Amino acid sequence: MSMIDCQLVFNVENREYVDLDLYRSRGGYGALAKVLAADPRESVYVLKEAGLKGRGGASFPTGLKIEMVRSNQEQERYIIINADEGEPGTFKDRYIMTHLPFQLLEGVTIAAYLAGASRGILYVRHEYDEPRSVMRESIAQAKRAGLLGENILGSGFSLDIELFSGAGSYLCGEETALLSSIEGRKGRPQVKPPYPTQQGLWGKPTLINNVETLSNIPKIMEKGALWYRSLGTEDSPGTKLISLSGDIRFRGLVEVPFGASFRDIVYEYGGGPKPGRKVKAVNIGGASGVLIPEEMLDVPLEYGACARAGITIGSGAVFVLDDTRSILDNVSNRINFFLHESCGKCTPCREGLRQAQIIMEKLIAGQAVMKDVQNLERYTRVMQNASFCGLGQAAGNSVISSLHYYGEEYCSRCKDGEEDLYGEESA
Amino acid sequence: MQAVVQEIVGQMGNEKAPLLQVLLAVQDASPRNYVSEEAVRAIARSMKVSRCRVYSTASFYTEISLKPRGRHLIRICGNAPCENAGRTAIMEAIQQELGIEAGETTADGLISLEKVSCLGSCYKSPAIKVDHQVYGNLTPEEAVAVIRSLREGGEQ
Repeated sequence: MSMIDCQLVFNVENREYVDLDLYRSRGGYGALAKVLAADPRESVYVLKEAGLKGRGGASFPTGLKIEMVRSNQEQERYIIINADEGEPGTFKDRYIMTHLPFQLLEGVTIAAYLAGASRGILYVRHEYDEPRSVMRESIAQAKRAGLLGENILGSGFSLDIELFSGAGSYLCGEETALLSSIEGRKGRPQVKPPYPTQQGLWGKPTLINNVETLSNIPKIMEKGALWYRSLGTEDSPGTKLISLSGDIRFRGLVEVPFGASFRDIVYEYGGGPKPGRKVKAVNIGGASGVLIPEEMLDVPLEYGACARAGITIGSGAVFVLDDTRSILDNVSNRINFFLHESCGKCTPCREGLRQAQIIMEKLIAGQAVMKDVQNLERYTRVMQNASFCGLGQAAGNSVISSLHYYGEEYCSRCKDGEEDLYGEESA
Repeated sequence: MQAVVQEIVGQMGNEKAPLLQVLLAVQDASPRNYVSEEAVRAIARSMKVSRCRVYSTASFYTEISLKPRGRHLIRICGNAPCENAGRTAIMEAIQQELGIEAGETTADGLISLEKVSCLGSCYKSPAIKVDHQVYGNLTPEEAVAVIRSLREGGEQ
């Protein structure tokens, strides 16, 4: 494939572990040296020009976020690297940490320098033992090489990075819950504002970025905003790491320039469904994402186009279901997941998920009636609109999208099933 | 216990130690993979916080156990990609092999079986994690073989 030839940000096709020597021999840490010698305001400008957005799911402009921390009067500032990759179906940050740890560390160091933070915390989810040990060793190596710690590359800038472990909570990927967890409290979300950029860890301005986002930074600083914009589209520059899983020939991580269609992702990158099978549904963005039918795969991977089509790119998980799969079983799995992970702080999420689980079980057992399906939709809408944080707001995405595209599967399980789920409303 | 906990808390900055990290370290130091009531008291004393606060954090997180667990932990990924790839058959085979349900510990205290939300290993689902090691692309027979080798190793 031609896309393998071109130089992307991660070049994951190589599937190689890049150690410090190899990384430096390929120009690694050149970007850091360049940034340390330049005017920070110009470097931030480059990031903004490149159009880099957060890759954890919220897609907030990274340059702007750095600037918000940088412009704060308070001098004690923190950088937090969010490696609590909890979104089911996602394994991109795992790959970066185990294969490209120094690209991440260089990105962290540049971001910390630009934000004026001298203390960093790398928060890795509990399940990731291997990534944690690779990062621990890589941090130590970078320190010995003068690329972390005191007086980095003789610039006078110092940065210490501490490794923290999560403890099995999906919700701790949410930034305010993450802060609570680091501070030693329950990982429950807090009211925003104040945003972490204003009052974050221990009340100090804090830059919180995802692993993939930070790992983009060295390449942008090395090759420039124009180069970065030449990948991807006007709306969404650069590339996205896509975690492919499910009923597909190739399961694994691919790097896709924005603008490619989901059809390309499933059929070209993923090799399509297994022999003799057809794609029934594709789940995009993990448990908090939506289910779309095969006909919608021509939508491009692009923030604007996806938002218009009701697709959440999220963490970039693409999970394929073939024609042997039951939509209801998969939605039910998602509901059970969120019910387990809900922190119980707000009623819509806590109780809505409980009710959704009861209805899904009734449906799967063939005991439900159409009224139950209507209630399921009603409760899910309440969850989406009234939940305190993103977990509850997104928990029903698979329900709503599957009701929309696969309504007949719900109806056919009802004792009084009708042909058209929305028959009453449209009449 | 107080001495063990005091050392962990001391290494992490005494009263400024991050509580969740302390709990994880104390749990890792326990052969039965849990945080005992005695340990909670010791943490509260060392960090000069209330026991209530220690319990509040400890009880929130799935990975912190307040009850003794087996010396080895088997975690079975329960998410959709693993579910579709045959997680249920693996769970049943392991339950049968060990004679326990998910959430229980074998009578000899050697192995606990847990269902977890996601192991982040969907590229090789169905996946299970045995202590610190993830195994993927498993058949039920292979999963049972992993458990058997663990038991043989554990009894030596």
